[in-house]
Amino acid sequence: MTLSPKSAEAIERMRAAGRVVVEILGRLRQMTCPGVRTADLETEAVRMMAEQGARSLFLGQPHPRGGRLYPGQICVSINEELVHGIPGDRRIAEGDIVSVDVGVEKDGWCGDAARTFVVGRVPARVRELVETTAEALEVVRREARAGVLWSAVAGQIENLVQQGGFSIVTDYCGHGIGRCMWESPSVPNYVAREDFLLLEGLTLAVEPMVNMGGPEVREKEDGWTVVTGDGKPCAHFEDTFVIRRDGAEPLTRLPQAQVG
Amino acid sequence: MTPPVAKDVIRVEGRVVEALPNAVFRVELENGHRVMAHVSGRMRMNFIRILPGDQVTVELSPYDLSKGRIVYRAG
Repeated sequence: MTLSPKSAEAIERMRAAGRVVVEILGRLRQMTCPGVRTADLETEAVRMMAEQGARSLFLGQPHPRGGRLYPGQICVSINEELVHGIPGDRRIAEGDIVSVDVGVEKDGWCGDAARTFVVGRVPARVRELVETTAEALEVVRREARAGVLWSAVAGQIENLVQQGGFSIVTDYCGHGIGRCMWESPSVPNYVAREDFLLLEGLTLAVEPMVNMGGPEVREKEDGWTVVTGDGKPCAHFEDTFVIRRDGAEPLTRLPQAQVG
Repeated sequence: MTPPVAKDVIRVEGRVVEALPNAVFRVELENGHRVMAHVSGRMRMNFIRILPGDQVTVELSPYDLSKGRIVYRAG
């Protein structure tokens, strides 16, 4: 597989796109409260994108297996919904966990990130689920260095999730990112048969998806929303990273503070 | 957004209708569709010969349903 690292200039542009994503996620985190409709989050995200001269990467995205185009501007997935939840009239409730995925294109370059927000009080085990999934991105940050095989990093994500007694979702994966949202390579969160070498300057969107119960997921009748097979909760975190010699640098985080 | 992992292949039964060059065959599937199918490497290693008229199992990728891989010959 030939993978092309990005130039320093391209990375700065992707950082600018990533910055828009971080700011939107920060704002949506504040808004994610009981009674708020998922469409309200979308409206705010769209307003902020327009303000920053960015556009949604998700709106009109063709379904990978054919089917209708994605109708939303962001994804909001609640509790047993894992990814690709379409914003609508559903109101967020106390005790929900809400996964928000935001991807934008700005000046021809892309940024993509997701966080699972906890609304009010949730059982300790649900909190652990969310924390473990967030921790998986820290593993990437530390371990995804230039010269390392991706499978070595994926193996550590798998270990972390299994030690927590959770399941990693294997039906979906992360992706290369750059001028397009989905570029090669595929970035699985588990040790897969296909592997690739991490190169300095490679930009990857890594997105661990973790289920409380079994790893099975299915798509709902709306053609997009992915839910867990057993209806138990699940969490999804994502950052756009650039691979460096000493680790992976996230392009979708604020310089110091952390979102999520 | 997260892309699905492309691992799901579709297995279907069919009948070989024509032998083409380079170990490629035209196979008529149960649903009447005709696809081009090559012989899987494992079958070649074991010198399993395919002739027109044979019943075979073909694996199709969901991304291109017009090409396949013969993975099993009945009988």
